[in-house]
Amino acid sequence: MSGRLRLLPVFVAAYLLFLYAPILLIPIFSFNNAASTTFPLAGFTWKWYVTLAGNTVMLDAARNSLIVGVSVSILATLFGICAARAITRYDFRGKRLTSGLIMAPLFLPEIIVAISLLMIVLAMGAELSLLTVILGQTVFCIPYSMAVLVSGFEGFDRSLEEASQDLGETAFGTFRRVTLPVVAPAILSSLLVAFTISLDEFILAFFLTGTQQTLPVYIWGQLRFAAKLPSVLALGSLMLLASVFLLTLAEIFRRRAESRKILQEVPHG
Amino acid sequence: MTAVAEPSLPPATARQWRRSEEARGLALISPTFLYALALLFLPVLIVFLYSFWTQDYLTIDRTFTLENYRQALGEPIYQDLLARSLYISLTVSVITVVLSYPIAWFISFHGGLNKNFWLFVITIPCWTSYLLRVMSWKVILGYQGVMNTGLMKLGIIEQPLTSLLYNANAVIITLVHSWAAFAILPIFISLEKIDRSLIEAAADLGDGPIRRFFRIVLPLSMPGVISAFLIVMIPTVGDYVTPQLVGGKEGVMIASAIQANFGKAANWPLGAALSVTTMVIVTLLAGAIVLGLRLVVRGIR
Repeated sequence: MSGRLRLLPVFVAAYLLFLYAPILLIPIFSFNNAASTTFPLAGFTWKWYVTLAGNTVMLDAARNSLIVGVSVSILATLFGICAARAITRYDFRGKRLTSGLIMAPLFLPEIIVAISLLMIVLAMGAELSLLTVILGQTVFCIPYSMAVLVSGFEGFDRSLEEASQDLGETAFGTFRRVTLPVVAPAILSSLLVAFTISLDEFILAFFLTGTQQTLPVYIWGQLRFAAKLPSVLALGSLMLLASVFLLTLAEIFRRRAESRKILQEVPHG
Repeated sequence: MTAVAEPSLPPATARQWRRSEEARGLALISPTFLYALALLFLPVLIVFLYSFWTQDYLTIDRTFTLENYRQALGEPIYQDLLARSLYISLTVSVITVVLSYPIAWFISFHGGLNKNFWLFVITIPCWTSYLLRVMSWKVILGYQGVMNTGLMKLGIIEQPLTSLLYNANAVIITLVHSWAAFAILPIFISLEKIDRSLIEAAADLGDGPIRRFFRIVLPLSMPGVISAFLIVMIPTVGDYVTPQLVGGKEGVMIASAIQANFGKAANWPLGAALSVTTMVIVTLLAGAIVLGLRLVVRGIR
């Protein structure tokens, strides 16, 4: 037993190194004063970041990503709220079937989701645009939003809502004044998670976008040119920073959601 | 769906039903469900239909045919691509699950009060851009990459190795890295559900750590292992980015062929048939593996 206990932390450390080292290379080389990605480093520079600032194609892509990300996070969270609320609050036939279909994108190869959406858009004669990317990524983000929201809604004390309704509050009023304050952290967490997924999502954006590209699609186009690699690394570092920041926020909100549920349970002992 | 059938009921019952738990639940879930129906179920259904049609330049011939499936299953190039995709995704799933189990174990049994923190630290890399992670593996494994220059500095090799990048192994390493945390979560959840007194009881009755693991912990955490396996295997079969960036000629997978048929080659029905074939085969394989793992556990017990 003691042997394993000593071995396990070593394995965990090695595993964390395996997980983090490749990702940390991106920011490390983004400050490297050379176009090649080899050790030893050739000195510190900001120049790859400076070239980004004047890159209008990249800035357009960033704006598109922002539009798509905000729309997707709002849509996925709204759909997620409906479904998560239905699942945690009510018992009904077809619960497994309906939630199974909603969660299906988690269990399908992403390329199949992408090409099937592409086919239906083209078959309807619609134009590919940021709108099609938004609609497609929403389907893909709903399961993640729902997972966050279900865990936030679970254990919510129903008697509070019943009390509010008994006291004459409407269903909507009850939701706004009783339910919402308790579940707000979970909703914020869902918004952030969906935004992060959308920001980094490539396959659906690649297949469903028209002439306007999102950041991952822009990066994909740049990867063909070895000379562009350093500025792609600089852009990648900024995106990593954004993802980590947003996820940390989401985690903080998620924990707050949990602690609120606990606080709420205390008076009932 | 049920709501449509309602008017046939007597009015009083219908009104009662509309106020019931079931009606409210269905009403509330229906926007999300309909959205998934329209943008997931319907599109997949259309892919399925297309796979039985044929295409001549831009016109679609809607007469039923199995020709696309004959090509998808019969042509050596597609057979090879399918076989390689399955081999890669199976290997990736096995490695990922084996590597993830001890980590999930560590967090569950030795994580103490910081379990949430550990989970957060482990999952963060998996939430960062997938494209960027694949790109960094290209930087690591490339001819002038970190691995080669590092090994040469250390004097282990004299010439850069060309065997690191652009093959199936590069795809496997990159995919294992990408999917690591997705395997840890389900295993962790199933380990958390194990009643610790069972393990103590086994220890009191004289079972050693290895017997305790194989007779109690492993069988009880099998649901987590199975879902980890599926969560990794099913999406990796259809992976597009990794083979394109680090796979080279030897690491091409089925997704590239599917993409080509929807792009340059412009043969939608064949692309559709390849998609359906991939989905069906991976589902069958997944079913067989779930069954196999359950039998193994029963055997051990």
